[in-house]
Amino acid sequence: MLQEIPTSYCYLLSAIVFVIGAVGAITRKNAIVIFMSIELMLNAVNLVFISSGNAFASLDGSVFVFFVMTVAAVEAAVGLAIFVMLFRLKGTVNADEVNLLKG
Amino acid sequence: MMGAIGFKLIVFLVAALVVIVSSLLMTTRKNPIHSALWMIVTFFAMAVIYLLLNAQFIAVAQVMVYAGAIMMLILFVIMMVSLDNGAQNEQKKFPVNFAKKAAGALVVTVLLLELMFGALFYQMTAKVGSYPAEAVSSLGNAKTIGTLLYGQYLFPFEIASVLLLVGIIGAVVLSRKSK
Repeated sequence: MLQEIPTSYCYLLSAIVFVIGAVGAITRKNAIVIFMSIELMLNAVNLVFISSGNAFASLDGSVFVFFVMTVAAVEAAVGLAIFVMLFRLKGTVNADEVNLLKG
Repeated sequence: MMGAIGFKLIVFLVAALVVIVSSLLMTTRKNPIHSALWMIVTFFAMAVIYLLLNAQFIAVAQVMVYAGAIMMLILFVIMMVSLDNGAQNEQKKFPVNFAKKAAGALVVTVLLLELMFGALFYQMTAKVGSYPAEAVSSLGNAKTIGTLLYGQYLFPFEIASVLLLVGIIGAVVLSRKSK
């Protein structure tokens, strides 16, 4: 049998990918790139679930990742519909120019 | 003859490198289409890592749902909302001065250090489950997950289908042109 991957390596990779996604979500101004960074953060969490499920010989991790993917798909559909509506209203998807609620 | 470093570890290191590089490239490209394409590379590399972790069903679902459906949706919306000079709209009106950049770099460093501390000094306190990789591979990963989804996790499964229905209706209602 092949030797398994140590779980701490997977957690480390997930931490790095999560931070990259968080920085992208905070820094970027294009709303769609912000959305893609949020999806990257969700993928980092999926990796933690899968690696923990593998470490504990359990399939609960895979089942939870299944539901996370479902929610991510719904979020993509509704969020992108909101972006399209935003573009129709303001002519741009720049997050800095969406300040209609600003006091 | 197998060297001191296992085959799975080598593949994992290559795939992890691809994930980190392509996600860095994804968050830094000016053109959002380039960002979306690097995101697809990231998703494929993550699917390879899922395969190494004995999660074959999730690896295929990742390629189909994330790299397939979601990224296609994102690419269509990018093409719909990008202006002709979409790449230039990023930094024109709202410049970031050095103090903001320094504060941001500090927050990022602290977050990364905290996460790495948690990733390296954790304690495995959960109970060992009852689905080891060898037993699951004899029956099939998708079949075992299907047994779980229709057995123990039936209620969340049905709620997820209702959630999908609500999402579809919401997306259609939101995208209608108002009269």
